[in-house]
Amino acid sequence: MNTTIMLFLLQDGITNGAIYALLGLALVLVFAVTRVILIPQGEFVTYGALSYAMLATGQVPGTVRLAVAMGLVAFALDLFFARKALHAKLVMRSVALNIVFPFALLGLVYALVGPHTPIAVNIALALLIVAAIGLFLYRIAFQPIAHTSVLVLLIASVGCHLALQGLGLVFFGAEGLRGPALSGAAVTAGPLRFTGQSLAVYGLTVGFIVALWLFFGYTKTGKALRATAVNRLGARLVGIRTTLSGQIAFLLASVIGAISGILIVPITTLYYDTGFLIGLKGFIAAIIGGLVSYPLTAVAAIVVGIVEAFSSFYASNFKEVIVFTLILPVLVLRSLAAPQVEEEKD
Amino acid sequence: MTQRLPLIIFALVMAVIPLVPGIPPFWIVLLDNIGLAALVAMGLVLLTGVGGLTSFGQAAFCGFGAYTTAVLTTAYGVSPWLTLPASLLVSGIAAVLLGLVTVRLSGHYLPLGTIAWGIGLFYLFSKLEFLGRNDGISGIPPLSIGSFRMLSPDTIYYAIWVAVLISALLTMNLLDSRTGRAIRALRRGHIAAEAFGVQTPRAKLLVFIYAAVLAGLSGWLYAHFQRAANPTPFGAQAGIEYLFIAVVGGAGYVWGGVLGAGIVVILKEVLQSYLPYIFGGQSQLETIVFGIMLVLLLQLAPQGVWPWLMSWLPFKPARKPPDTSVKLEHRERAPGTSPVLLHVEKARKQFGGVLAVNDVSFDVNAREIVALIGPNGAGKSTTFNLITGVLAATSGKIAVHGKEVANAPPQEVVKLGVSRTFQHVKLVPDMTVLENVAIGAHLRGNSGAISSMLRLDRADEAKLLAEAARQIARVGLSDQIDQLAGSLSLGQQRIVEIARALCVDPMLLLLDEPAAGLRHMEKQRLAALLRQLRDGGMSVLLVEHDMGFVMDLADRIVVLDFGTKIAEGTPAAIKRNPDVIKAYLGAAA
Repeated sequence: MNTTIMLFLLQDGITNGAIYALLGLALVLVFAVTRVILIPQGEFVTYGALSYAMLATGQVPGTVRLAVAMGLVAFALDLFFARKALHAKLVMRSVALNIVFPFALLGLVYALVGPHTPIAVNIALALLIVAAIGLFLYRIAFQPIAHTSVLVLLIASVGCHLALQGLGLVFFGAEGLRGPALSGAAVTAGPLRFTGQSLAVYGLTVGFIVALWLFFGYTKTGKALRATAVNRLGARLVGIRTTLSGQIAFLLASVIGAISGILIVPITTLYYDTGFLIGLKGFIAAIIGGLVSYPLTAVAAIVVGIVEAFSSFYASNFKEVIVFTLILPVLVLRSLAAPQVEEEKD
Repeated sequence: MTQRLPLIIFALVMAVIPLVPGIPPFWIVLLDNIGLAALVAMGLVLLTGVGGLTSFGQAAFCGFGAYTTAVLTTAYGVSPWLTLPASLLVSGIAAVLLGLVTVRLSGHYLPLGTIAWGIGLFYLFSKLEFLGRNDGISGIPPLSIGSFRMLSPDTIYYAIWVAVLISALLTMNLLDSRTGRAIRALRRGHIAAEAFGVQTPRAKLLVFIYAAVLAGLSGWLYAHFQRAANPTPFGAQAGIEYLFIAVVGGAGYVWGGVLGAGIVVILKEVLQSYLPYIFGGQSQLETIVFGIMLVLLLQLAPQGVWPWLMSWLPFKPARKPPDTSVKLEHRERAPGTSPVLLHVEKARKQFGGVLAVNDVSFDVNAREIVALIGPNGAGKSTTFNLITGVLAATSGKIAVHGKEVANAPPQEVVKLGVSRTFQHVKLVPDMTVLENVAIGAHLRGNSGAISSMLRLDRADEAKLLAEAARQIARVGLSDQIDQLAGSLSLGQQRIVEIARALCVDPMLLLLDEPAAGLRHMEKQRLAALLRQLRDGGMSVLLVEHDMGFVMDLADRIVVLDFGTKIAEGTPAAIKRNPDVIKAYLGAAA
């Protein structure tokens, strides 16, 4: 192996690792606030990427209709759970969020869609669609069982993943799609060539890490979100709106997922089920970070990306095997290091 | 016999089904698939529903079973029946290796770990040359007895369902035994089980292996049923589906696994054949419906279908009361040389910067009731945890009968005859009072998992249950013996904990706030019981806030405040001690 190959592998690993880092961050965020281990994170990636790719070809992605349908279900749930204490303000808020917002989005998509729509508009539309889906997903699937154990939430999360992945096949078909690059710019440094795309990946990842770290460490809202995760009842007693916290977390996670998808879809062809594997690698990073630490997660994600790049060079057949077994020693170390505390389970 | 009747009827019905004239062969195929899934799900019931260890990776163990027989029969020409033990052994060994890393994982790390190695193994199966990579191995010979070859779905049907019925029987036997109670206690955390001598890591590994062997059996049958093996049915998706099956049926119930397999396999078939007509020719629609149903199920019926069905039964299966005339031998006691039973010398426990127990020293003598009192946060429960080995002391010496126990695990401490109750009741709520109390006698039995499965443990088991029933009678809860522990009032649950501790046949009983939640009369009865135990030769160390109860009962009192011992003496002396009065009432104004 020479230095050039090594540098190429490193660059490749870091670019992929940065994407895993973004996803890992979203996973940590959702877990820290709602205790949900968000398996469907991968679907946010594919939905974002493929919606963007379809919009770029002038088609209306089916995801926007899913957003409308989920909004209707969420509205029905809101009404059902509040049936004993219906008041105008609550209904108005629910109508605005669950009915007006997705229908407006639907109208917007139909109005703006076309082969010559600017890239920025397409990106914005794709992000809005996935954000709506993320928001409603929490309302429909997780809010009713928010008080249950991590395990129940995890199984529900797997259920959401199955449903969303199946829907992905319906919306995008079995063939993969690629989207147009965000910018054609490129910088050359020695033997390496940095495309504008990969620079955007690095920039956004670092930006999100810093932003999340500041948000959760230094703002009142961020601290309220964390308090919700530790003790829902306690958080409610001191006036934190716990359902709102969950919605914010899911909103952020879905937007981050969609951004990651939009960032990679010009680089590689994405299929309806690619997101799951990408998401799982984000997971490995998140778990190495103990599902709590943002900087550690980011570092771990880069390591995962680099290990993957090198193992695909040396033992390409066993790339996935190596990446997924990487997690085991980490889990063992984490378990041994964790203090022996009694888990109160329900 | 009456307990076995439903099983026999079920077996007969299953035996007759293929013989019914005109039954569509396709139904038999479905039943075969149900049986195969039920085997895996049964293992998951034990692992996840009963033992509390969630695994998304069971499909990989099916893979070990299927590939073992595939390789041995096709490449080496070994007879299929001879590969059965090999398949089970390979799945079992894989489980030991993965289990050693995985079952130590706590909380949500465990399911995530199983997802990770589940996916890793799937890729391994699909990349290895000698397993045929993605194409797998075909041309696996059918099972045969003499010249009778099980080629068609209705012949292998019997092999599959005999396996299911035997497995169900063995699993139920296992759950209804000494080992089974230890497994069932796992889900509620390890502290209570360990306090009575259960080796929780070993119990976890045991269920992990058991579940893997059942999955391996299913894989072995699958390979000879399909006559081929490829990686797809052993991937993460399949692993998720097995968990789904267990949750649908009722993850806590052996028959829930079978029922869930039936529901899911049939549902999948119906969805696959009818959904395309409704929504046009799209594939994979069933996964959408599947996913949505899984979420709905968790919201509406998190316990699964089986317990819901059982609640409609007009009669409740009753349990034969244990024969209390069977004697259980007393534990061997260390020859009591010194009158000091428990010796605590400068015990210290530091949590980071917090000094919870600060160089506390006291003794408990034989035939003595000592009370440990002090305001909230004084370090009483921490002291208990140091004595019983739940926490390791930072420094200091704790000895039982002269034997140092400061850093011994709880399982060793209880062997010395120290048993305890907990401040926050730690019973298994979905086990009966009798079963809960019998956990206390865990160390006084010796039947293992295998003998329990084969029902060779009945003599041993009868003794344990008889002892449990005697202790329940002793604390006055005989009327509640068959009720679920979770259905009792908090005060009664505390009394159940005392009965469980008595089952250890202890020399020293540690009671953490035994009188909390009791009514006046119940407290008097408890005090009488404790006096009677003392007069019978036992010592009691208790933490209690009810001063009337303590002053009346204790021979000696040790007072802690902010982790430090501030006084020790007879109740009369403690009542007048100015430091104690100050600690409880604040400085005199």
